Amino acid sequence: MSTLLQRLRGSDTNLLQLVILTVLIFAGMAALNPERFLRPYVFESITFIAPELGLLAIAMMVAMLTGGIDLSVIGIANLSCILAGLFFHSVGAPRGPELVNMPLPLVLAGIGIALATGVIAGAINGLLVAKMRVTPILATIGTGQIFTGICLVLTGGPAVVGFPAIWGQFGNGTVFGIAAPLVVFVVVAGLVWFVLSRTAFGINLTLIGTNPRAAVFAGLRTQRTVFLSYVMTGALASVAGILLSGRTNAAKSDYGVSYLLQAVLIAVLAGTNPAGGRGSVPGIALALVALMLLSSGLQIMRFSNFLVDLIWGGFLLLSIALAALRMRSR
Amino acid sequence: MSGLANALRRHPELMVAAVLVIAVLAIGTINPVFWQPSNLFSLLRASVITGILALAVLLVMLSGGIDVSFPAFAIAAMYLTVKAMIAWQFDGVLLPFLMASSIGLALGLVNAVFVHYLRMIPLIVTLGTGTAVRGFILGVVGTSQINIDQMPPLLIAFARGEFFSVTQADGSQAGLSSMVLVYAGLAIAVHLILRHTMLGRGIYALGGGEEAARRVGFNTRRITFVIYGLAGALAGFAGLLHGAMIWTANPRDMVGLELDVIAAVVLGGASIFGGRGTVIGTMLGVLTLVVITNSLIILGVDTTWQRVVVGAIVIAATAVTAWRDRKRIA
Repeated sequence: MSTLLQRLRGSDTNLLQLVILTVLIFAGMAALNPERFLRPYVFESITFIAPELGLLAIAMMVAMLTGGIDLSVIGIANLSCILAGLFFHSVGAPRGPELVNMPLPLVLAGIGIALATGVIAGAINGLLVAKMRVTPILATIGTGQIFTGICLVLTGGPAVVGFPAIWGQFGNGTVFGIAAPLVVFVVVAGLVWFVLSRTAFGINLTLIGTNPRAAVFAGLRTQRTVFLSYVMTGALASVAGILLSGRTNAAKSDYGVSYLLQAVLIAVLAGTNPAGGRGSVPGIALALVALMLLSSGLQIMRFSNFLVDLIWGGFLLLSIALAALRMRSR
Repeated sequence: MSGLANALRRHPELMVAAVLVIAVLAIGTINPVFWQPSNLFSLLRASVITGILALAVLLVMLSGGIDVSFPAFAIAAMYLTVKAMIAWQFDGVLLPFLMASSIGLALGLVNAVFVHYLRMIPLIVTLGTGTAVRGFILGVVGTSQINIDQMPPLLIAFARGEFFSVTQADGSQAGLSSMVLVYAGLAIAVHLILRHTMLGRGIYALGGGEEAARRVGFNTRRITFVIYGLAGALAGFAGLLHGAMIWTANPRDMVGLELDVIAAVVLGGASIFGGRGTVIGTMLGVLTLVVITNSLIILGVDTTWQRVVVGAIVIAATAVTAWRDRKRIA
């Protein structure tokens, strides 16, 4: 028993804190408005909305593992689904049954386009960061502008509305009664967890983040590893884009802009060290649940979106302060 | 090649000066309308707000940080000041600008607390404070725009001032806004602080290496607080000036402006690693960005391309600075 406690305390104080935080938020919201918060509908809607944000947060965490950041994830997500949407509109029809009932192979081709967009966009970031040594902040601010700019040029501003029914299933459908986006999230998150913690690539990423110079001297191929981590980030962002456009049946150049801060917040709250070297998928999942409970609770209490933003921002600062105190006490 | 890199390292503004000259000549050749005094004056006027904000970002970047909270601070200072002036039936120029700058200063000091005492990466701190402040203004203070009919008349009159005017070929008058002088005055002040005071040298030293700066006897805490405080004050000042110049106080204004300003500062040769950058380079960077983005229309380019252009400028400028500083990092 004591060894178990020790293990809990030693390895994963952060996860434990997140569990406590989640329980506290849940209890608080349940106490504040029991009859409206404790309803299946609230939790069901979370399982549809949370996955896209969770994927963006995982993407952010992967970039942060090497001490970087990816501020272009929203641009990548939007560009991916806008390109797929325009593909559907050109091979099918802009609207009507021909678009809705598009056959599976064409929809798969659309998914391929979206994922390829994410991979290529991520590769551009990776080239800039790993090969040309551009600071990740500036490189991804710049590419983010370009990706969003391309969205604007392609669409002229308005949303691309109307996606095939099968595509919509990824955002709205259910698999054995479970929200399809949640299933996608669990599969992708499990895959990322495996890659990060059980493969040489993942371990190398963490090592590079802990001490880039030592990693070079230890003979790690840092350039290639960092490059691949940005490709992975881009691919994750495009999956988030698929879920988002599937759920809303539309794609637009400025969708999900507030997700950027939220993804950073979840990553930091999950115990990811933005300076590199620390971060875990289970942490992200817990932080995601905690924050989704918080924001649904606030929305039930009729807080305006702006106030929710204020609280998100405050939460980010608070989690920074707590992390700093934790470091100091160590 | 290394000779060019050395020259750029010693005079960061060389690159941006060359880009500006090429851009001006190219645009002026394609469409001679560019050379009309009214166009040139309006370009100078358009660079005032971006320019003052860029001075704030330059200070932060010289110390090795980055700031994305300043548009929120600027809007907060502007909106709160104008609201207060209306509520107190007060009209004037000096006191409101003092108030706006003080609000910005106070908010900037919050950033400093997080950056210095809690040792958090400035990007994430300012992402949090920026979102929280914007959420506070829109969620607590108000969302409605204050129009010209309610704006304090003296403030508007101040911002309308022109100190120089010429008669154009078609007989119309083109005036140069006096706000250009305000911008120039602030720029000279920041330049003098950076070049000729211990404090200014301390800012460069801090960007060169915090530990080194501490060992040679700089008070890094005081310098950090001055940097973020001054940056906040400049942002607050620019915010109110922006409201006065466009005759409206809109709490939703300036969203996404941080990217343009950061682009301008990086284009001006400042290094995100700190310790490198000049006021004159920054001013040239601002002018270049304003000239290019504002000339898209007279070049016949659709304005949806603006973001792509800004993004490309960021990438190109950061790639060149990364190449210039390569030796330093390796």
